[in-house]
Amino acid sequence: MTRKFTEAAIAGIGATEFSKASGRSELQLAAECSLAACEDAGVDPRDIDGMITFTIDNSDEISLARCLGVKDLAYTTRIPGGGAAAAGTIFQAMALVNAGLCQNVLIWRAMNERSQYRFGQNPNQANMSGYTAGHGTGSLLWCIPYGAMTPASWAALQAGRYMHRYGVTNRDLGYVSVQQRKYAATNPKAWFYQRPITLEDHQNSKWIMEPLLRLLDCCQESDGGVAILVTSLERAKDLKQPPVRILGATQSIPYNVEVISNYYHDDLTVMPEAMGVARRLWAMTGLKPSDMQCAMIYDAFTPHVLLQLEAFGFCKPGEAKDFVKSGQIAIDGALPVNTHGGLLGEAYIHGMNSMAEGVRQVRGTSVNQVKNVQHVLVSSGMAGAILARA
Amino acid sequence: MSEPTEPAAEAAPKPTRIAPIVTPDAKSFWAAADREEFIGQKCSDCGRFRFPPRPMCPHCHSLAREEVPLSGRGTVYTWAVPRHPPPFGFREPPIIAVIALEEGIRMVSNVVGVKIEDMRHDMPVEVTFEPTMGNHKVPVFRPRR
Repeated sequence: MTRKFTEAAIAGIGATEFSKASGRSELQLAAECSLAACEDAGVDPRDIDGMITFTIDNSDEISLARCLGVKDLAYTTRIPGGGAAAAGTIFQAMALVNAGLCQNVLIWRAMNERSQYRFGQNPNQANMSGYTAGHGTGSLLWCIPYGAMTPASWAALQAGRYMHRYGVTNRDLGYVSVQQRKYAATNPKAWFYQRPITLEDHQNSKWIMEPLLRLLDCCQESDGGVAILVTSLERAKDLKQPPVRILGATQSIPYNVEVISNYYHDDLTVMPEAMGVARRLWAMTGLKPSDMQCAMIYDAFTPHVLLQLEAFGFCKPGEAKDFVKSGQIAIDGALPVNTHGGLLGEAYIHGMNSMAEGVRQVRGTSVNQVKNVQHVLVSSGMAGAILARA
Repeated sequence: MSEPTEPAAEAAPKPTRIAPIVTPDAKSFWAAADREEFIGQKCSDCGRFRFPPRPMCPHCHSLAREEVPLSGRGTVYTWAVPRHPPPFGFREPPIIAVIALEEGIRMVSNVVGVKIEDMRHDMPVEVTFEPTMGNHKVPVFRPRR
């Protein structure tokens, strides 16, 4: 077998329903969304030859492959960094296809993180596995004895200096939340379908981390699964859906940056990992911010949306709050963001559902469809991709 | 593991704060904290500080390192108060802060002895120690005059 550079494309996306109590195992959710992605593409799941998930996904590759009847798996890998590296799955799938090592790469993430365990709560002291090596969260141990025990607490400390420097108030963050809930309200798949909020609702929600984050600044805890099938552009053209090209994808972890407990790099008023992703993506594709018709930006917590908008150059440092406030992330704005409702409004499937929305925007099948989409930025902070029409 | 220190004075309530989770590379930091010493890790060759502790200097790649006393002075780089869920181990919500130390490194800790409404960015602070469960101690910070 000879190897040659092969262009990569997304051929299928699949998901379970998004709920707070799926009533079935995580492995079943993984199997259901994986099958759905294969059926969407028109690929026999038995022909999957590469499998990628997150290091902290609880389902085993082999168990999932056994559900799907995968005949001959050639490559498996997992990405560290939790949701921040979500788009790293696309990057790795692209690289495998580019290198000619795999033809049908399945990406999945499935979780019962509301009904089986609670991502947003204090850690289960009997199970500190999240703090062990291999997840890109090396310094979380240094937070625990001080009462910083939840993702919201870590994220708040990461955002505080930025908010202080630019005078970003919690009310400013509310505009992100209100807009995303507006998108979710018209998305039947979203948990918050038909449940928009006002800025006052946001301001009346309880403090999670005073004076920075309220409840409505935080993503949901959800049960569900999302899968994406990556193949060659050439093959995708013969499959069921219009192919979505992966024009570029990358990861970036600059010195002294880590996931979420990210307090050690020089300047906490910027997100160096997203700046690194931006630099590589723009160089890789020759594109620039104004070439994007919309963006799916990892929104575990609202300040992260602002920091990423600035890192990618959609606005200048400190100006993201005004960009959002002036309606630029709305459907008729300069850059519609998280048109499915995001992790705040649709569901928190660790960023995977946002990447699926990027695919729908390129296909032209989003419930909140942006006009004339050529390029969509998908960013999860430490990784990103640009999806495009074939 | 470090030697347990003497129990606190008789009237003091039992500490509820979770003890640090000690890894091999951080053992000497926490052992010093038990003795109410605040130490940092410094490269023996190029002299630069690093935090969190690690076996190799990221600047010159030397494995030679020394644990040296830190001044204990710093400023509040950023801070917040966890309201929900209440963190384990605290009777009252703590003030969690990223402290910028004089030596040019940062660490996550608590600011004690100050009202929330008096918290300010860049507020000068100095180290003090608070007990944890299991007879350990952790460095925390209080306002510096």
